[in-house]
Parts: sequence; C-alpha cells; structure tokens
Amino acid sequence: MLPDKHGHFGQFGGRFVPETLMPALLELEKAYSRIRRDPDFRKELAGLLKDYVGRPSPLYFAQHLTQALGGPKIYLKREDLNHTGAHKINNTLGQGLLARRMGKKRVIAETGAGQHGVATATVAALLGMECDIYMGTEDIRRQRLNVIRMKLLGAQVIPVESGSCTLKDAMNEAIRDWVTNVRHTHYVIGSVAGPHPYPRLVRDFQSVIGREAKVQMRQAEGRLPDCLVACVGGGSNAMGLFYPFLKDPVRFIGVEAAGHGLESGRHSATLVAGAVGVLHGACSYLLQDPWGNIREAHSLAPGLDYPGVGPEHSYFKETGRAEYVAINDEEALEGFKILARTEGILPALESAHAVAYVQKHAKEFKDGELVVINLSGRGDKDVEAVSEILEQS
Amino acid sequence: MKKINAMFKRLAARGEKALIPYITAGDPSLALSRELVLEMAGRGADLIELGIPFSDPLADGPTIQAACQRALKQEVNLPKILDLVRTLRQDTEIPLVLMGYYNPILAYGLDRLARDAAEAGVDGFIIPDLPGEEARDWHRAACDAGLAPIFLAAPTSGPARIRKIGSLTRGFLYYVSVTGITGARAGLPEDLKTALAEVRQLVTCPLAVGFGISTPEQVRDLAPLVDGVVVGSAIVQKIACRTDAAMVKEIGDFIAELKAPLRSGQ
Ligand SMILES: Cc1ncc(COP(=O)(O)O)c(C=O)c1O
Repeated sequence: MLPDKHGHFGQFGGRFVPETLMPALLELEKAYSRIRRDPDFRKELAGLLKDYVGRPSPLYFAQHLTQALGGPKIYLKREDLNHTGAHKINNTLGQGLLARRMGKKRVIAETGAGQHGVATATVAALLGMECDIYMGTEDIRRQRLNVIRMKLLGAQVIPVESGSCTLKDAMNEAIRDWVTNVRHTHYVIGSVAGPHPYPRLVRDFQSVIGREAKVQMRQAEGRLPDCLVACVGGGSNAMGLFYPFLKDPVRFIGVEAAGHGLESGRHSATLVAGAVGVLHGACSYLLQDPWGNIREAHSLAPGLDYPGVGPEHSYFKETGRAEYVAINDEEALEGFKILARTEGILPALESAHAVAYVQKHAKEFKDGELVVINLSGRGDKDVEAVSEILEQS
Repeated sequence: MKKINAMFKRLAARGEKALIPYITAGDPSLALSRELVLEMAGRGADLIELGIPFSDPLADGPTIQAACQRALKQEVNLPKILDLVRTLRQDTEIPLVLMGYYNPILAYGLDRLARDAAEAGVDGFIIPDLPGEEARDWHRAACDAGLAPIFLAAPTSGPARIRKIGSLTRGFLYYVSVTGITGARAGLPEDLKTALAEVRQLVTCPLAVGFGISTPEQVRDLAPLVDGVVVGSAIVQKIACRTDAAMVKEIGDFIAELKAPLRSGQ
C-alpha cells in the first residue's frame, strides 16, 4: 500500500521541509500509526462523526438534474449537509482528536475558502484548544462570512499579505508559524497535500466519504457506480470519495479550476497544465515558471485557488488511475445555477466545478451510467460573490 | 568543497573563526551583489552565502522574503547567479556557497546544476527544505561535481539525527540557532551555548551557527563554541533597497566589526 515508509507515491510525495520540522513529522507519523488503531480513538471519532457532524451524509439521487441534463443517472454525495457545511470537518475532527492525544494545546491552519478554517476553529472550540488561522487578504475579502464565523468560534484570523494573498501564501505563513512553535502546536493541514504523513492521514480521515457512498450506492442501485466526479483543489474531497473504490472498476474524474481559461495562464489547473516540482513539503505537480518559482493560481473558487495538489493525485495522473480535467469560472457558474434551479441546492463554488463538468459532458456518458458527484460544500459562503458577478453580467 | 575545507583548516591553525555573511543574489542588483561580495571578502568575510531568490521562501522571515522579492523583480535566476559567480572568480578566491530552496534547483536539473555550478566556481550548496532523507540524488550529484552539499541541524533534531546529519554534510554543519525562521533577533535562546557544546561532541566536521545572529556582541559570545558564525538578515536589512555608493562601504564596515571578535586572541 502506498505511500511507502518515506511517504512516497512513486516519484511523488516525500518530506521536503526544514530540518526543524522533521522530528515533528516523524513524531506525528509515529503517534498516528499508534493512535489510529486505538479503539478508544476510533470510537470517539465515529461517535462525533455521527452525532456532531451528522454522518452518514446522504447519497441523493438528483432526479431533476438528471432529467435536465439528459445524460447519466446523477447522485450527489451530500457533504454540504455536514456540520460547518463542507467535507473539511471529517479531517479536522480526526486531526483535532489526534493532536489532543499528542498533548498539543494549540492548532493552526491555512485556509482559502475559509471552510477548512471554520472546520478547524469549530473543532478547536469543541476540544478546548487555542486556534490561529492563516488566510490571504484576497480570500478574507471574498469569504467575509467565513471570517466572521471563525472569529465567533474563538479563533484568531491572521491576514496574510504576501504573494497573491491567497491559499498558497497562507500555507507559507502557517508553515513559518509551525517551524517556530512546533513544540506545542499541531498544524492541521486542510488537504491531502503537504509533507508525509499528511497526504496519508488526510486521505484516511476523508475516506469516510467513499466508504459510505459505496454502501449507499449498493443499497440504491444494487451495484457500484460507474464514475466518480469531484473537484480538486488540494484534492481531499476527491481522494476521500475515490480511495475506497481504488481497486474497483470505477472511473475517477478530478475537476480542476481553469479560471479565466487554460490559454490565459490565469488558472489553477495544476494537474492538467502544471509540471513536477516541490512545494509545501511534497513533490507533486505545480504551477511554476521555467526557473522553478511558483506561479500564482487563479479561480473564482477560493478553495481551488492553489498552485499545488496532493501528491497521490499526481501519482494517479501518472499511472492513469484517474483523469483530470478543468472547468473555467464561467462554466462553474453555470453549474452553480443549474443545481440551484433544478434541485434547490446552492453548491459551494468549488463543488460547482464538478457539477459543471457533468453538465458539459452529459452527452458523452452512456445511457444508464451511474455517476456520483461529490458535493463537497454548500454555497452559503459564496452567495455574495456570486450575486455580485451575476449582477454585473 | 576543497576551498571550504582549506579555509576552515587555515583558520583553525590560527585559532581563528570564520565569518559567513549571507546576501540574496541580485538584491538590490546583480552588479551591486558583485561589489558587495568583493567588499565583504576584503573586509574579513571567510565564506559568502549567496541566496537564490525564490517566490515562496518558507524558512525565511520578512527581511529575506523582501530581499527575494526585490531580486525576483530584477528577474534574477540561477543562470544569472552562475554568471555572477563566474565574473567574481576573476577577482576573488573566497569560498562561495549558494543557498536556496529545492524547487529552483530541481527545475534546473540536479546533475546539470552541480556540473555548471562547479564549473562557474561555486563551492557548495545549502538547501533549507531538503533534509537528508530526500537528498540522496542531490548528495551524489554535488559530491561528484566536487561541490559540498551542506546540511542543517536544528534545536529540535536531537542527538541521533545530529550525528547522522554530521556524517552526511560536507564542508561544515550548519546549526540553526533558533526553533524558527530566519530574521535578526535581539536575544538568542538561553540554551544555545549548551546546545552548541553538545553538537560539538556529536560531529567531527567544522560547525557553523546561524539564524538570528545580528551583532558583534552575539558573535563574540558564540565564537568559542563554533568554527564559524553566519550573519544574514542583519546584513540584508542594511542593504534593503539602498543602491547608493555609501551602502557597499557601510556593509564592509559592518563585516569588519563582526569579524573582529572572531580573530585569534580576541
Ligand atoms: C467546499 C470545498 N470543496 C473543495 C475544496 C477544495 O479542497 P480539496 O481539493 O482538498 O477537497 C474546498 C477548499 O477549501 C472547499 O471548501
């Protein structure tokens, strides 16, 4: 099973961090491999996922969307119905319980859309931990509501004013904090990205999505789905849905953000249009210039606005296990609108990319094919931004 | 690699310690970096670290982050830094070490960079986000080309890792004085001297200490415990944005002040 013991997925992954952090990563890896088998830990996590998060999240047959598109039979995995409104809480609960067992009193996190920040702040409140969230000033502007939520939950939101003032820069600053405070702080990385063991650990905590979907699809249709579709920022909601189907004959489609269009150079399509390199502790596909400087990413969806991606997705791309495609801002807005109008569900702009992919390619699916779209989050956080754009056009 | 080893040997024979200043290459311009290197070499520097600017320097504080941004605005990149080293080699034999993050090095190509850098006159590399565990290919490429792959140890490392890093590193071991990022600090950790004394017992190679060291008094304090002292942000802060002729001379004066407590008999 991958990753190997150094955290590699083929040529990808690994631990490319300052020496100061190496002992902390080794400690985390050791603690995790012990605690994850601990029956008390598993019981506590399962209990909270059920009663606090509200799992299992429904697998909903989107009959009206299916009819409107005239393509495959579409199911939505409703991560948007989780407490705090996205899949992010699956991971932050797991890491929060782990951090507490490791004796850490403080957690920090980076956030783009603010969903991971809210989910981390929520768990910190629940477990009585101090919590600092790094967020780019551009994202603070576009996700105002989530900033307020984090503050109400007792977290401190630290504005990051470097680079593109988005997720990448927030992650730089979170890593700098961790380098400085590593002895008593746990860094809650929000996706299947970063140095080993994070990609593995976050995959494990998010895999509850795919495990449930498998059972639910069997109950609904008596068989496996044909295709899974999820948006990919760092890749955690996609990996969580995909991973339990790894050995099954099921197509995986990861949808990246094409922003203003791939040709424009202003996009976040790391796997579709990037090159292999090292960022934020792992070897993976990145957006970079010929000299290895990281390029700014662009997307209407702050949670996808990241020039890197989790290393296991790079491995899936290389081995052909998953296909990666890109949907631009305009198309994502269409996805947002059609789900709102046909099903009465406002998706997060991130998740709208996955909806838009199926919308755009509906006719390419065979009759009766079963597709699961991961509805990774709800759109409440995006209503201001979306209404501004729709008024302008 | 040879020049670094020879330098430490020469100083040790005299009971002297090395001053290792850091500047970001191309801050404020490549032409001034050249002047700065020559000035520092003439005023008491024993080895110079040239920073390779990077868009996301995550082990660096605000001072060096800003220097990277200034250098990137000048479109400084690895080939231009190698050119700088080539022209410097017409005028100075001081050991030159490039310090930079792994991605630009990977983008250039490990073997190609090691060859080109050695040919240009570079003596070693410090890559702060490349721990020994991930460094097999780079270690081989650098050593094959005669370059020193210099590794860092940190206060969090613990004796077992420090021993390992000590046997992996070439040229010297770079001990990070603080649990944190680069940047000038008023005070250094209280337990730093004890830590350095312990590291001394664990490794046989020359030992240099850096991160946060900014005054001649701090240098004097640490000198007896190490073979070299690295000063970065304090110098970069003085350069910050200045392009006037007096700046180069001021940096030279600062180097002389920092070096004084490292000379024998001090
Ligand atoms: C609702 C939602 N979906 C998706 C993402 C993208 O992250 P990932 O690719 O890790 O699932 C985010 C990130 O903030 C998000 O908030």
